[in-house]
Amino acid sequence: MTSEAIAPKKSIWAKITQSKYFVYVLISPLVLVLLAYVIYPMYKTFSQSVMDQEGALSFSNYINFFTTEANLESLRNSVFISVVSVITCAIVGVAMAFLLNRYEFPGRKFLSVLVLVPMALPPLIGAISFYFLYGETGIFPRFFQQIFNLEEVPFSLEGIWGIIMVHTFTMYTYFYLSASAAIKGLDLSLEEAATSLGSGRLRIWTKIILPMLTPAMVASSLLVFMISMASYTAPLMFGVQRTMTMQITLSRTNGNLDMSATQSTVLSIVSIAFLILMTWYQNRRNYQNQSKGTGVHRTEVRSPIVRYLAVLLSIIGVVVLMLPIMVIALISFAVDGSWTTQIIPAAYTIQHYVELFTDPDTWGPIWNSIQMSTVAVIGNIIFGVAAAYAMVRFNFKGKAFMDILIMVPWALPGTVVAVNMISAFSEPSAFAFNQVLVGTFWILPLAYFVRQLPLVFRNSQASLIQMDQSVEEAAQSLGATWWHSFRRVVLPIIMPGILAGTLLAFVQGLTEFVASILIYTPSTMPLSVGIWNKMYSFEFGTACAYGVLQTILIVIVLLVNEKIKGDNDTGAAF
Amino acid sequence: MKSVRLEQITKMFGKSRAVEDINIDIKSGEFFTFLGPSGCGKTTTLRMIAGFYFPTSGKIAFDNEDITTVKPNKRNIGMVFQNYALFPHMTVFENIAFGLQVRKLSKSVIREKVEKAQEFVRLVGYGDRKITELSGGQQQRVALARALVIEPDILLLDEPLSNLDAKLREETRVEIKRLQVELGITTVYVTHDQHEAMAMSDRIMVMSEGEVQQIGTPQEIYNKPDNHFVASFIGESNILEGTIKEVSDNHVTVDVGDGILLKGIRENSSPHVDIAEDKKVSLSIRPEIIEVGKGSNSIQGKIQLTEFSGVSINYLVKIGNHELNVMIINSGSNILERGDSITLSIPENSIYFMSEKG
Repeated sequence: MTSEAIAPKKSIWAKITQSKYFVYVLISPLVLVLLAYVIYPMYKTFSQSVMDQEGALSFSNYINFFTTEANLESLRNSVFISVVSVITCAIVGVAMAFLLNRYEFPGRKFLSVLVLVPMALPPLIGAISFYFLYGETGIFPRFFQQIFNLEEVPFSLEGIWGIIMVHTFTMYTYFYLSASAAIKGLDLSLEEAATSLGSGRLRIWTKIILPMLTPAMVASSLLVFMISMASYTAPLMFGVQRTMTMQITLSRTNGNLDMSATQSTVLSIVSIAFLILMTWYQNRRNYQNQSKGTGVHRTEVRSPIVRYLAVLLSIIGVVVLMLPIMVIALISFAVDGSWTTQIIPAAYTIQHYVELFTDPDTWGPIWNSIQMSTVAVIGNIIFGVAAAYAMVRFNFKGKAFMDILIMVPWALPGTVVAVNMISAFSEPSAFAFNQVLVGTFWILPLAYFVRQLPLVFRNSQASLIQMDQSVEEAAQSLGATWWHSFRRVVLPIIMPGILAGTLLAFVQGLTEFVASILIYTPSTMPLSVGIWNKMYSFEFGTACAYGVLQTILIVIVLLVNEKIKGDNDTGAAF
Repeated sequence: MKSVRLEQITKMFGKSRAVEDINIDIKSGEFFTFLGPSGCGKTTTLRMIAGFYFPTSGKIAFDNEDITTVKPNKRNIGMVFQNYALFPHMTVFENIAFGLQVRKLSKSVIREKVEKAQEFVRLVGYGDRKITELSGGQQQRVALARALVIEPDILLLDEPLSNLDAKLREETRVEIKRLQVELGITTVYVTHDQHEAMAMSDRIMVMSEGEVQQIGTPQEIYNKPDNHFVASFIGESNILEGTIKEVSDNHVTVDVGDGILLKGIRENSSPHVDIAEDKKVSLSIRPEIIEVGKGSNSIQGKIQLTEFSGVSINYLVKIGNHELNVMIINSGSNILERGDSITLSIPENSIYFMSEKG
């Protein structure tokens, strides 16, 4: 028997895919995309910041930045807000993680589901709900004002502390999730070993448990700090103009483009420094448990007083967690303009929901967001999957650098991404096929694409790393070409990961606000900007109906992803 | 079926050398095994035959066709992976059919061939099962069927039994050998288990640290080990160092110290050893061929340790500064205890001369 008789015919395509230079063919479009839509826009912003009016190199903008009190105060405020947010998020998140993972008390299961509710709230909706609940004209301050018959509201959430409250509520889940994972991974035998060696409770905590949690805490701290620095919606909602993100947009609206570019560059440097710090930290060796299959043990709360206290605290926890969603749901039924000085709106209607789908003006932003998010996500799938495959399977020069480069858009604040887009694409460039993109439909999908590329990339990368590489080799040994085995074997196996990343990217596109608000065009106004404009014109009902829609979409995507993850786990456990 | 030839194969990974100067001729239809401890380069060599690695230097040929840099999918090989590498998203039928679909055979032909393959590995009726619904042994047989159904020129097996439990391993070993004999397919088998290698192979290549130690039939490898490594890796062996005292036409007498002289037959020596008076030499003596009682090469010793394993009794016997492992088949007679004296004899034709350690 000759091998030609049964071996597949050699095609030109097979010749190309089997060349050892095919790696570079595969990564060249990725390099081009990163160059065009990540590096080039960053470079344009940077070059604008270091040029004077005549186009000569000059650091006058930076001198200006570091000598203007407004800028320095903004930088100080941003750092202060971020540091305090890290501390408050850590306290709430870690305490919740210990309470729910180590203790058994009535209502624990219910609470451990609700504790993740803030993840389902779009950032803008989270900020708006706090404003409605605890702001100067909010439900609680007015409630106390009325029952105590006061002239003024007795308290209200405002300014920097308002921002910190919103941050704590929306970001403690990062700490909660990482601390929970670490606690579940804590090997009980370590504590038993310490006890057998004569350690007391306190020593076990300070010498064993807390050191074991440190890696998770450091990673979460860096993450929360970075997200807090980038936060835009909370300062906007509570009218704090002296933060970095707010200053960038203010400089733009005032026409001081050079200063806006300078502020963006400063914030970019901080963000990228934190990204590198995080990457470096995560690559260090973490504590890993030596023994397998440790069960989580929960201490039953026995003392009746503590039990009642636990139940009471659980109820308060549930209420605090549910209130933001409940208030948004409630106001989505309020007749616009019916909420003036009352505690809660006076008149209700389902008209807003009917309008969402029947009134062309109301439906418009929804349809715009769906379209733009879809375009972005298609790009994400193509480039995210290809990049993930190249990074996992191949070795090539500059791989480590490319890994960081792909993650840069994730670290960059949305405000900065928008400023970069404006710098790069407000004039014709080769990367935009000699078109001006700013002011067209395409600028927003492009911004979404850049912002969500890391998400799709990371998810695809994770599934590829999990996939047994010999499966691909088995396909090859059976005669399959690279393309055939990629299409028939690799893609079906990593599909759940791609799908999970894609759905998240899609829903993030639907809820994106920070970059959108700077670069949207009136004819393609996205959903979140729609919400903001409705808030601005006091059409709270419609704004909240939009918000409920966004929240439902997020919940659906999270549930679907949970299902995908579950199915995939059992499927891979053979 | 094709023959496989490896000529001066060397493979470097960066600066570290995985295998060096491998030369083998595997005959058509032969069952050839690469045996060695982990990290010895046996899997690397197999993967070069499969085409997943290309050698840094040297040539690989199937029959007389140079395939050194041909991609794996053009080699028409069947490979069974250590972890089976079954496609988790496909059924048993789809897994087995994969290679046939690649070859663009018609649906009816594919169905016929897959069913035949299922019969062959005794998995009839399992076609619609998911891979996750199979036991380890069944997964193993799917992997075999998938590799064989494409009628490969060469079958490559990379530690296929290592993920099975002991009983299943035995069964599957017999099964693989049966299939190989029935098909007469050239087979290259990788394992670190000497029993597997001995039981299945026509010839074995023993490897260590990237180099070939010896190539030969199981009997040759066991009875005539070329060096210390082979002697101690394959089965157990007592290895003694000594100086040659006397050489006659047929016999060699070696002084192993403590005034003990051992006499062996001259032709029982590795081709690499220099048999001449006053030369240093190593002796390999298998524990099971040492006899209790007087005979040729009689020596006196004291028992240090006694181990009863059912089938056999193992003694560790101290003779001067040497310790000898002795294995006696259990015949129901008395067992000697620690401290007892024992007389041993070593048949002249069971001493094997190897080159000195080093």
